[in-house]
Amino acid sequence: MRTPLRGSASHGLKIVVVGGFGVGKTTMVRSVSEIRPLSTEETMTQAGAGVDFNSGAPGKSTTTVAFDFGRISLDEKMVLYLFGAPGQERFWFLWDRLFTGTLGAVVLVDTRRLADSWYAIDRLEHHGTPFIVARNNFGPPAHDLDDVREALSLPGEVPLIDCDARRRESSKQVLIALVDHLYALTAARETTR
Amino acid sequence: MTRGPLEDENPDRLYTVTGGRSRAEEIDLDLVTLIVSETEPYPGMQSEHARILQLGRHPTSVVELASELGLPVSVVRILVADLLRAGRVSARHPTAVGPGTDLPELEFLKKVLVGLRNL
Repeated sequence: MRTPLRGSASHGLKIVVVGGFGVGKTTMVRSVSEIRPLSTEETMTQAGAGVDFNSGAPGKSTTTVAFDFGRISLDEKMVLYLFGAPGQERFWFLWDRLFTGTLGAVVLVDTRRLADSWYAIDRLEHHGTPFIVARNNFGPPAHDLDDVREALSLPGEVPLIDCDARRRESSKQVLIALVDHLYALTAARETTR
Repeated sequence: MTRGPLEDENPDRLYTVTGGRSRAEEIDLDLVTLIVSETEPYPGMQSEHARILQLGRHPTSVVELASELGLPVSVVRILVADLLRAGRVSARHPTAVGPGTDLPELEFLKKVLVGLRNL
């Protein structure tokens, strides 16, 4: 049985964890969520014009994509939802719509498959969505983070940190790092007004 | 990418659930919009509507409703919009932040940080 939200909950927030297959997105969502991660699906036509259940319509292909999510009640009113989103190119037309209004994103990377995250990073930059990069470090680091930054062509102002997605405390620090980054961006913008 | 149960979903069933509609007209429901029931289900009501009213006794996000009902998010949007129009549920919408809007303000981000640090 799902733990229900308190009656005063009124303000939903979104953070997206994006990354390649098997990088640990679900693990990260699970480690900090107050509910066991749930999964849901969305069906859309490639045209992005909503859903079309008459999939026989010519010139339209329907895509169904599943994504996991978890939840953290931050206080009496604010509820943070974490979404684990596969980063492959073919899903982005969906994410663009589903994750509009997200606070920011965590790009989870695995050093052995850095190329999996190029597209996601490119897309987030293009969108102007604030993000940080977290390396899910399964074992002894094969590269130092500077090498990772270079391999990802990551601008200096984008935070890059190590984490262990299996550990609640580590995943919590990743979320804090993202919100700290948002705070710094906002503060910098306010001083230039 | 796992293939979910909807992969083999008969489109006819989704068509029936929504009465043939494929868009939630005029009502913008975010994944994290929280839905709260204002009335109890009544006998003879469409079962999906009744289930939403049961779940909505506590605030429940659109994405959680979709997960609980085992239906695509867009279908659930249509069902929730029906209930909203009939005054059977109310919606607590998120405040717009992110691309195309201003980044959230500092006070608000401070609250988020406090909440995260308390985890």
